Amino acid sequence: MGDILIKNVMLVDALGERGLADVLIGEGRILSLEGGEAQRVIEGKGRFLAPGFLDLHAHLREPGQEVKEDLATGLRAAVRGGYTDLVSMPNTNPPVDTPEAVRALRKKAQALGLARLHPAAALTQGQEGKTLTEAGLLKEAGAPLLTDDGHTNEDAGVLAAGLLGAAAFGLPVAVHAEDASLRRGGVMNDGPLADLLGLPGNPPEAEAARVARDLEVLRYALRRAQARPHLHVQHLSTKRALELVREAKRAGLPVTAEATPHHLTLTEEALRSFDPLFKVAPPLRTGEDVEALIEGLLDGTLDAIATDHAPHTQAEKEMDLLRAPFGIPSLEVAFPLLYTELYRKRGFPLKRLVELFTDGPRKVLGLPPLHLEVGAEASLVLLDPKEHPVDPKAFASKARFSPWAGWILEGWPVLTLVEGRIVHEALE
Amino acid sequence: MKHLLDFQGWTRAEVESLLDTARVMAEVLERPVKKVPALQGFTVATVFFEPSTRTRLSFELAARRMSADVVSFAAATSSLQKGESYKDTLLTLEAMGVDAYVIRADAAGVPHQATRWVRGAVINGGDGRRAHPTQALLDAYTLLEALGGLEGKKIAIVGDILHSRVARSNAELLPLLGAEVWGAGPPALLPQSLPGVRLTPRLDEALAEADAVMVLRLQKERMEAGLVNLEDYIAHYQVTEARLKKAKPEAPLLHPGPMNRDVELEGTLADSARSLVNRQVHNGVAVRMAVLYHLLVGRER
Repeated sequence: MGDILIKNVMLVDALGERGLADVLIGEGRILSLEGGEAQRVIEGKGRFLAPGFLDLHAHLREPGQEVKEDLATGLRAAVRGGYTDLVSMPNTNPPVDTPEAVRALRKKAQALGLARLHPAAALTQGQEGKTLTEAGLLKEAGAPLLTDDGHTNEDAGVLAAGLLGAAAFGLPVAVHAEDASLRRGGVMNDGPLADLLGLPGNPPEAEAARVARDLEVLRYALRRAQARPHLHVQHLSTKRALELVREAKRAGLPVTAEATPHHLTLTEEALRSFDPLFKVAPPLRTGEDVEALIEGLLDGTLDAIATDHAPHTQAEKEMDLLRAPFGIPSLEVAFPLLYTELYRKRGFPLKRLVELFTDGPRKVLGLPPLHLEVGAEASLVLLDPKEHPVDPKAFASKARFSPWAGWILEGWPVLTLVEGRIVHEALE
Repeated sequence: MKHLLDFQGWTRAEVESLLDTARVMAEVLERPVKKVPALQGFTVATVFFEPSTRTRLSFELAARRMSADVVSFAAATSSLQKGESYKDTLLTLEAMGVDAYVIRADAAGVPHQATRWVRGAVINGGDGRRAHPTQALLDAYTLLEALGGLEGKKIAIVGDILHSRVARSNAELLPLLGAEVWGAGPPALLPQSLPGVRLTPRLDEALAEADAVMVLRLQKERMEAGLVNLEDYIAHYQVTEARLKKAKPEAPLLHPGPMNRDVELEGTLADSARSLVNRQVHNGVAVRMAVLYHLLVGRER
């Protein structure tokens, strides 16, 4: 006797669309794909079931900025978005740069019983870019990767040492690749539109220049390290930087990369509204960049879609474009957004899309693939193709605004399970 | 016309109608009693999130010359950084019954944002690098006075085009009126492109046969940011008597002020007969009266 039976559901995972099944769940695992007795039966007809999503890049703001978001609202938003696992960024206040801080966050998140939290730790103490943190102890405490995200690693020597240090413990080092001196005060993509709108531009070359440098630093670390270093490039936004990563991968460098839902669906044109809702770092780029990123998803240059969920208060996002903070909240819409915009509208392969939310990010963290097979962990998401508009007022996140407000999307998560336990349910 | 934010989407006929009204207003300002009741019962707020003297005084005088009530709000940008919100300030004024808001801010787009929050007419009093439409209107008005018409006339704008809202607004407005607009400055102070404007780092090329020359202020912070070297700028981009020989004889000289004498402009030129600087300030009141009139009279309240 299982706990839950999801009947007549289409299975889809990184291996592909795998036909209809009656998925029996119990003891936190998939017990059978051919049905059986269960305490609860859920009709899966017309819906599809996928492994739970993993977000490599979310800002949950705890500790220190709980007015923007906290673990409870952030992880609630995550399960509503179909995420069973989430990596939180360490640029909190204070930054997460000690094993104690990592443990404290994990303990608190476990008590909430929502998505599983994997708190990334800072690469350098205080994220100041000077003194490295304790990679080994952070790994033992449960940090899945090290990053100074939110800050750019200006000192190449420190990054190199960080890569060497993290390599010994199998930890990836994730980088916010922007040359801050070239970016200066840029608030949108640099180019003719920024010139027209009179807004300071952040040039695409600022990203490419930093990615190029970081790849050279990686080459150095690779040559010097006994263990294999791993560089993960966060939120790629430009065609040129993407090409650099592609070449590096072809050359066999241990590099992975992610792209965000906003860089895949919006362009700099959104800034014509002068709405700080669209202010994000790196900035929204051109249509050509968006097309290049989608190509990068297809050919494997990009390993994962990561949200960069960055909640802020409404008042902050109603400041002007110079003062409003960077960031878009997106945990709750990421999958339906890309399901609709990429798969439904453009015929992007569903198998690959699901992979970019599941096995892709798992691989970046060195986790084994998670497929819909008997015996597999029942961390799952049931997705519904029914259309619904994006309604930020209904968000669980404290940031109840969205650049996609009113967009009609399909593929909403209606049931999320973590190890067989329902953590989100919106079945009609 | 509901708001005046910039000149995107404007037609030549709309601009000309506005400038015709400005001519009527200029005539009012020549009378012994410089006041008409056109805006009696209307309230105009000048909301300056960035300090300014001449634009604010010009707007306030324009509103008073038409018998509108005027309230004035000035906030230091430092208090904005402390979290004071534009929206709250504007909603407070809205609750007091303001009909038109003249908004000045150091960030591009604040007047655009304001139209989402208030029902009254929004007039861009200068927003960051984006636009300063009433300055462009008074520049156009002054140029029309001096040149008779702008069709086919070559206007050279010289200096820091990249960071200039005045340049951007003129770049939109003057071509609408038939002018050929050139922009010249050091490469680091030129945008990649501006629709309707021919950009060049060669001052002589922009000045050649120019019918009028508009000089922009060089701001200290550009030098501090390492974008320009002052001596080099003066040597190659200062508008001097000698360089002006490239332009048409008697080509008038405009400057939106305040001027750095002997930096962007040879000091003696500022006081010469070619300089229309004071005429620009004078015309500013009539032009702003016309803008307020067009936006408020006949508007649903």
